[in-house]
Amino acid sequence: MNKPYNNKAWFFILPVFLTVAFSAIVPLMTVVNYSVQDIISPEQSVFVGLEWFRAVMRDSELHSALLRQLIFSFCVLLVQIPLGIGLALSMPAQGWKSSAALVILAMPLLIPWNVVGTIWQIFGRADIGLGGYVLSRLGMDYNYASNSLDAWITVLVMDVWHWTPLVALLAFAGLRSIPDAYYQAAQIDGASRWAVFRFIQLPKMRGVLVIAVLLRFMDSFMIYTEPFVLTGGGPGNSTTFLSQYLTQKAVGQFDLGPAAAFSLIYFLIILLLSFVLYNWMQSAGNSGQTTGANHE
Amino acid sequence: MARIEFRNLGHAYGPNPASLQDYALQPMNMVWEDGGAYALLGPSGCGKSTLLNIISGLLVPSEGQVLFDGKDMTQMATRDRNIAQVFQFPVLYDTMSVFDNLAFPLRNRKVAEKEVRSRVHEIAEILELTRDLNQRASGLSADAKQKISLGRGLVRKDVAAILFDEPLTVIDPHMKWQLRQKLKQIHHQLKLTLIYVTHDQVEALTFADEVVVMTNGKVVQQGEPEALFVRPDHTFVGYFIGSPGMNFYPLQIDGDAVVIGQQRVDIDAEQLQALKHANGELKLGIRPEFVELTTAGAPGAVSAKVVQVQHLGTSQLLTAEFGGQIVKARLDASARLDGGRQWLRLAKPETIFFSNDERIGR
Repeated sequence: MNKPYNNKAWFFILPVFLTVAFSAIVPLMTVVNYSVQDIISPEQSVFVGLEWFRAVMRDSELHSALLRQLIFSFCVLLVQIPLGIGLALSMPAQGWKSSAALVILAMPLLIPWNVVGTIWQIFGRADIGLGGYVLSRLGMDYNYASNSLDAWITVLVMDVWHWTPLVALLAFAGLRSIPDAYYQAAQIDGASRWAVFRFIQLPKMRGVLVIAVLLRFMDSFMIYTEPFVLTGGGPGNSTTFLSQYLTQKAVGQFDLGPAAAFSLIYFLIILLLSFVLYNWMQSAGNSGQTTGANHE
Repeated sequence: MARIEFRNLGHAYGPNPASLQDYALQPMNMVWEDGGAYALLGPSGCGKSTLLNIISGLLVPSEGQVLFDGKDMTQMATRDRNIAQVFQFPVLYDTMSVFDNLAFPLRNRKVAEKEVRSRVHEIAEILELTRDLNQRASGLSADAKQKISLGRGLVRKDVAAILFDEPLTVIDPHMKWQLRQKLKQIHHQLKLTLIYVTHDQVEALTFADEVVVMTNGKVVQQGEPEALFVRPDHTFVGYFIGSPGMNFYPLQIDGDAVVIGQQRVDIDAEQLQALKHANGELKLGIRPEFVELTTAGAPGAVSAKVVQVQHLGTSQLLTAEFGGQIVKARLDASARLDGGRQWLRLAKPETIFFSNDERIGR
């Protein structure tokens, strides 16, 4: 073992280490610190071990918020991913029409989140909002402020309106990167429109779709501003998602300990689900449609 | 398998072409026999890809007709043409196994699964892909991928012609030779009409029975490799084929001789007669392989100053200069070239004369 060691190299990672420490690790450690203590006053705190974690695990309100959150994120992915792909497929591929479509499509992405909430809050009102007015004229008893289901659907539609363009833009970029030769070969091979989608477009879009799914999953799982502005989490608790529940606990009730414990669990859930999603999508692309061995 | 015929076929990308310059492919007539191996040779942008796309039906020509076995196919959709094509880069269905890739064109045409299986195995055998049939296509090497692209064409029994669009571009040099041999073998075995587009003269000349040379949207010569070498129809063919290309010299007629590079050169009486009848800009052309060393003052020779001698093992390449003109000569390795001046014979039976870049007579 006469390998020369040069420890000066460590200095080179110092800037990155410091940046990450201050931006991520230190705040995270603060949260960890809170999660194991009972803070009675700024001067007085007691170490409580895993007590807050146990309390959080037993919190039935949290359980229903988590369930609500999971269903919401599932619906978001279920609607936005196919819709985004569909939009990308039906967009003009070249010329000014393509540019125009891109600009129009990207518009919702440029609007601040709280403004999105406000827009939909007004849009959905039966007295002054176009959407609510049209629905009530069509004979529907629509009121997002009093009907839980209406509120829930409104939040979902709002999110679809706000974020499907992102999926569409990513899918569009994926589509544009497919060389023409693939389409020509498919024509020569007599492939149907569906086969072109299934065997050329979808596999070639896989990379960007993995990103789209992960982004949309994480974002929707952390949704806060828009439902907060639109419904304030109501009626009842029907649109209180995890981050809003967390905020209520931490800022509203100043239960810093449980809030910190819950934050850590929240973080781990997102990490775990993203990991599962990512691996599932990677392997789905690698094992689909093979007759025999499927190793690369 | 089919005989392919072009009648007054031309294509312009813009509407109402006014002059020949507006055409991506100038109107032409040509016949390719069933079972032949043809190469389309020319530099980038010469119109060879346009012609290829017209044959495969990806492009509808602005004028003229394409006929397969006498049947007009001009407006026919690609999928109904029974054409197979191998592209510059391997085009594969990444998520499928090699077997499914090969079976894809058949399954799309609703061929019975039993027939599909036997056809795929047959073709895999020919292409030496049997071992890889269950592999995922995306994990294979570039040459195996190109073989799969080719296989997707071969697997169909009704294929009229297989088009190759510079298929060896991404293949390693040592695999290129193997793959080209494979192509030739398949051509002999299956008697298919093969059309091979390339800008590499070696590929074209070794692969094809007949080579079609194109430049600036114009077909300048169709012929066997030897004819292109010995009797180029156009100065472009002389320049493009051969390494180095043909030597060309602008000439004036002076009595019973011609003047090139300020030197009088005697030429054959018959050639002189033909030259006198030709008009336009006249040129003398001779391949470096045909230039020979000769004695001072010999007929048909010029005196040139040696600029450079490159030894190439079996031959040596002489670069010499006379009256502002450069002459390249491929000479025997044993020839003694000791600098200074040399007498080089440029006018001989192999010499070709051109008027306005077209070969004169014979």
